[in-house]
Amino acid sequence: MNWLRRASSEPLWKEEFSVHTADERYVTRRQLTKFLVLTSFGMFVGNVWILVRSLIYKTPSYLQQPVARLGEIPVGGVKLFTYPTKDDHCILVRTGENEYVSYSQKCTHLSCAVYYSRASNRFECPCHQGFFSIKDGAVLQGPPSRPLPRIVLETRGEQVIAVDVKV
Amino acid sequence: MTMQPPVELPPQTRGLTAIAGAMALIAVLLIVQIWLLSAALESFLAGNQHTALPAAVFSGVMFLICLGLYLFVDRVDCEVRRSGEER
Repeated sequence: MNWLRRASSEPLWKEEFSVHTADERYVTRRQLTKFLVLTSFGMFVGNVWILVRSLIYKTPSYLQQPVARLGEIPVGGVKLFTYPTKDDHCILVRTGENEYVSYSQKCTHLSCAVYYSRASNRFECPCHQGFFSIKDGAVLQGPPSRPLPRIVLETRGEQVIAVDVKV
Repeated sequence: MTMQPPVELPPQTRGLTAIAGAMALIAVLLIVQIWLLSAALESFLAGNQHTALPAAVFSGVMFLICLGLYLFVDRVDCEVRRSGEER
């Protein structure tokens, strides 16, 4: 194949370790270019890997879990719980007489625990002053780039039940 | 006032200039690819699957351009060294 031809008819070792100084510059530049192209191929493989992972990704299903009783916390009050696993800490806020919202308590910046500020009606991360909206968990200010994951709640009888996590 | 004829650079100097230009282009493309990979990974870990396909396509296109530039560098290198052997 023409594009796989070598630069000269000399053996490879002579070509790579030429006695001519001028040739050395070409060899080092060509080798660096080859290295850069291989790195570029590695980046492409990484992107393909992400694509394959996203194609085989399955939406996880979560168990339903009662997190509070109706009226257990006052309006503006807070309850902490874990969902869906014991390592996933969440925060439940009663925003109205019959309104509850719940989010992951882990800040999307560096995973500090956020708390509910009743005075400003928002979630605040004390580490780097990241603020989140209580309506949808969106970032209001600070370094976090993503909103807080929302815990989907349902009310059944006297129970507030967590049914899903929306990232 | 007479016009000076353009000075013709030796083939090795021209070859080096071409190779340096191609390498600079490859370096720029590589930086964009690194950014693309990190952005795609962050998006994937955030739960968005729809960014992976365009990121992979653009990354593939950039890799092909890099490969083309490498073949260009290889060809220039080959020609310059051949001209050096002839002299």
